[in-house]
Amino acid sequence: MTDAVVTAGHGDETAAETAERAIDEKTYGFWIYLMSDAIIFALLFATFVVMSHNNADGSDRHTLFRLPHTFAETMLLLASSTTLGCSGAAMAAGQRWRTLIWLGVTFLLGLGFVTMEISEFYRMAAAGAGPWRNGFLSAFFTLVGTHAIHVSAGLVWIVLLGCEVTLRGLNPFVVSRLYRFGLFWHFLVIVWIGIFSVVYLPEIL
Amino acid sequence: MLGKLTIDALPFYSGIAMGGALIVVLGVLGVVALVTWLGQWRYLWTEWLTSLDHKKIGIMYVTLALLMLVRGFIDAMMMRTQQAVALNSDGYLPPGHFDQIFTSHATIMVFFVAIPFLVGLFNVVVPQQIGARRVAFPFMNSVCLWMTTAGAALVMISLVIGNFSTAGWNAYPPYSEAQFSPDVGVDYWIWAILLSAVGSMLTGINFLVTIVKRRAPGMRLMMMPLFTWATLCTNILMVFAFPALIVTAALLGLDRYLGMHFFTEGDGGNAMNYVSLFWIWGHPDVYILILPAFGVYSEVVATFSGRRIFGYESLVYSTVAITVLSLVVWLHHFLTMGAGADVNAFFGSAAPLIAIPTAVTIFDWLFTMYRGRVQFTVPMLFTLGFIVTFIIGGMTGALLAVVPVDIHNTTFLVAHFHNLLIPGALFGYFAGYQYWFPKAFGFKLEEKWGRRAFWAWIVGFCLAFIPLSIVGLMGMPQRLNRYYDASWQPYLIVAECGALFILCGIIFLAVQLAASIRNRAALAVSTGDPWDARTLEWATASPPAAYNFAVVPHVHGIDPWWAMKQAGAAANRPARFHDIIMPGNSSAGAALGAMSFVFAFAMVWQIWWLAAVGALGMFAAVLSQTFRDHAEHRIPASEVEAIESRRILAAPLISGVPT
Repeated sequence: MTDAVVTAGHGDETAAETAERAIDEKTYGFWIYLMSDAIIFALLFATFVVMSHNNADGSDRHTLFRLPHTFAETMLLLASSTTLGCSGAAMAAGQRWRTLIWLGVTFLLGLGFVTMEISEFYRMAAAGAGPWRNGFLSAFFTLVGTHAIHVSAGLVWIVLLGCEVTLRGLNPFVVSRLYRFGLFWHFLVIVWIGIFSVVYLPEIL
Repeated sequence: MLGKLTIDALPFYSGIAMGGALIVVLGVLGVVALVTWLGQWRYLWTEWLTSLDHKKIGIMYVTLALLMLVRGFIDAMMMRTQQAVALNSDGYLPPGHFDQIFTSHATIMVFFVAIPFLVGLFNVVVPQQIGARRVAFPFMNSVCLWMTTAGAALVMISLVIGNFSTAGWNAYPPYSEAQFSPDVGVDYWIWAILLSAVGSMLTGINFLVTIVKRRAPGMRLMMMPLFTWATLCTNILMVFAFPALIVTAALLGLDRYLGMHFFTEGDGGNAMNYVSLFWIWGHPDVYILILPAFGVYSEVVATFSGRRIFGYESLVYSTVAITVLSLVVWLHHFLTMGAGADVNAFFGSAAPLIAIPTAVTIFDWLFTMYRGRVQFTVPMLFTLGFIVTFIIGGMTGALLAVVPVDIHNTTFLVAHFHNLLIPGALFGYFAGYQYWFPKAFGFKLEEKWGRRAFWAWIVGFCLAFIPLSIVGLMGMPQRLNRYYDASWQPYLIVAECGALFILCGIIFLAVQLAASIRNRAALAVSTGDPWDARTLEWATASPPAAYNFAVVPHVHGIDPWWAMKQAGAAANRPARFHDIIMPGNSSAGAALGAMSFVFAFAMVWQIWWLAAVGALGMFAAVLSQTFRDHAEHRIPASEVEAIESRRILAAPLISGVPT
């Protein structure tokens, strides 16, 4: 075993090996990041549930939300998950422009979602139900707002990725970034389903 | 234009605060002048500030921790002095100033001494211990260092501009709300905490991936050194616990900045939620601080007993058990809050369970020493001092976990957690600092002053905190800036003497460092393995080459370096050398840290345009790095061979070591 101990028998490190390893590690690290982000959302959910009856001034929570609006938002986000999947399929087939087009569609759907969220926030604040009114509304705006901030960050990310796909094509690094973006986006869709079920449905039903 | 910032922010309110501000300003100017005078800016920039080498980042982390330790200790000394004299009098500190000091003392010790110290040790040691050449994310490592530094700088600048929080290190509402603390103190606290928390969370991800993905071939999980195991568990806790702190601080910030009602009095706020959220992070954090020290003790005990660690597997399982249990006991920090009998009963019973795995680890260390050839080196002294004094910490903890015993918020509590965190964490970091110093720098720290420092620390620790346990049981609340019970004063004077001993301990550590640098030729470790150690970090040169291992070793069991020495393979020269690819430097980490400081400072003073500049700067720094896929540089085999040949020439003594 003597020589085996000191001579591991690896050859020169090649750029390709280094790259492959970096991509593998980044993907694994990103999963762990998503878990820590899941904890942030879990605590915001818990806070919301604890505070869901803290509408100190008795404002009627049942009139605050509008089901058709939220339903449309949900549909936009679910559709964006699907179109991102189409983009991934195009990417796997090495079709650069098709990848870009589906990314663009995903961007537009995500933008529509964020726009609708902002309009809902604006409508509520204008009606006197802003986050400063009571604990329940603070928890609502913070939970849903944190999700909106995540989706907005995702939109910036899509733009950057789009530029990269255009300029550099589908090299392994770009592909791995698209993959991690996919994880992030689908994660946000799952969180939204949680928000829809925990925040909106009980108020409407 | 400047938000809330006016000339009144300068600390003219008290001569002592003014003095503190002057020391900070003169200290910074002095360092700048010194580096300029020595003409070392370029060296500092290229070799250190922009370095992505984990060893250098680790050394910078430990340097930050030691500097902040001095600041945190000055706070402690001021508090002890105030309490020693403030019987029926105001003492020398006005209440508002005293409150800032106990807040900054704890905030600094937890976030800017303990965390950088342990992360620094991870950086220096763990990659080498697992046979890796680098960490998984070298750039993120640099970002974490500079964000932590920015947080520390924010606490320091609060001495000069404005004031720090008076709400205690845990900033409990409703006092920490804008209604009762309208000044910028709590905002400084929030932003310093957020910078540190994000940095710690990302560090957790980095080392988790490094340990899982970068171990040397053959090193299975149950072959990892115990310090690496402790690091892995600590990082899992960091990834899962720090998000809770981010949420807690952010929600408090939303209350303060946007007038929300999470924790306010009235309007549907509930301050109890804050306490619960805070300790969901806070209790795991106790183990984030303690587990790395346990890891150090395991390495030190095995090395200086000349034996394989007793009960390796039981130590691993205990470490994991502590990790899991630490996530489910947070409520014992507020048993008196009135959460209800069932809830209190669950957490009151879960808490003492942690004593079981902890006792297992202590017995394993004792059995390793039993019939070993124990060498009483400085790291070993700190370890033995820990074992003796930590028992007290454990037993006082068991007392505090008894639900009906209401000694919370007395100085008994203060004594208890110092009992855990000084021997349980700080002594471990000191042991690690003494043990791995030759690894990082190539020469040992001087023994004589090290022993003196140890004795000053342990005597000072006992003198300072045993009296606090007693006055706590006599009913003295914590954080008092004046009192009227004459029977407390003798104890507080003894505690003051203890603080003076600890002052000597810190001075002796500084003298030790200076004397060792002076005698570095005599203290040099030519073999790279001064302690005849067992684990893989000692297989590299001391100090190690940038790539650590010219050839990555194969591992067949625990203590691989010991096995290599036994097999006579330690000095074997590889048949041939190979090219190595290493990360290059990056200035984006330091830039991001600087911009995060600008952003946080602007947010504290509500200078919105400057905050936007800081935020954009951070974004630009990340962007400049994100799409750089080929930031590595290649070290050709010939250069590796040249470096290794120099090392082998310098160290002719490596050979098989007797059993």
